[in-house]
Amino acid sequence: MAEFFEQTLQPHFNFWIYVILMMIGLWALIAKNNLIKKLIGMSIFQTAIILFYVSLGVKEDATIPILDPYGQAEHAAADAEGAETEGEKKRDSYIGKKSPDPDTMANPLPHVLMLTAIVVGVATLGVALSITQMIFKEFGSLEEDEILEIVKGGGVDD
Amino acid sequence: MIFAFDIIILVFLVIAAIISLSVKDLLSASMIFGIYGFLICLLWAEMGAVDVAFTEAAVGAGISAVLMVATVFNTKRKSSD
Repeated sequence: MAEFFEQTLQPHFNFWIYVILMMIGLWALIAKNNLIKKLIGMSIFQTAIILFYVSLGVKEDATIPILDPYGQAEHAAADAEGAETEGEKKRDSYIGKKSPDPDTMANPLPHVLMLTAIVVGVATLGVALSITQMIFKEFGSLEEDEILEIVKGGGVDD
Repeated sequence: MIFAFDIIILVFLVIAAIISLSVKDLLSASMIFGIYGFLICLLWAEMGAVDVAFTEAAVGAGISAVLMVATVFNTKRKSSD
């Protein structure tokens, strides 16, 4: 059990959760009857995909991708003595120089791409919720089966 | 990335997703979905994606929860599943 956790689950834990969240979202989109529940499922699906892409940019012993070329050299020298792992030593030696080693920072490219995806996601959700309100005004219900029943019977008479 | 934080936040994330999809009250579902957004914002900050975390805090935990609550008040609160 412990071996399974260390070798299979731990190195790719984000990806396991990404698959689980994606399947939860897909299940909600297909199997849930209420329209708002379907939209919650859609949002969970979107965040699962964003989680996958952000996980690709993660590196071991890496800091946040912010360039700080000035005023950190003294701190770095003090930290280098107390640094334990190889990555920390490498990171500390590069702080204070003008072009830091990209290995010491998380990859910011997937972050920037996913920034757009989040904004598109909330726009999609807003449009979908306003369509839901119009459906409720027309049919008086948010349940998919009741709406389909009304549509099959020839729609609302007005 | 700190693995202990990672594992705790991810487990809570799955729990929040399942609960928000299984409660019958749509207002509770929207609020728990807001909690889900906040947890995923913590996860971005923990993974080093601070810019994504800012956006998610404003958009995921803020705007989408507000939009969803507004829709629930304009329609109805009960859900069949």
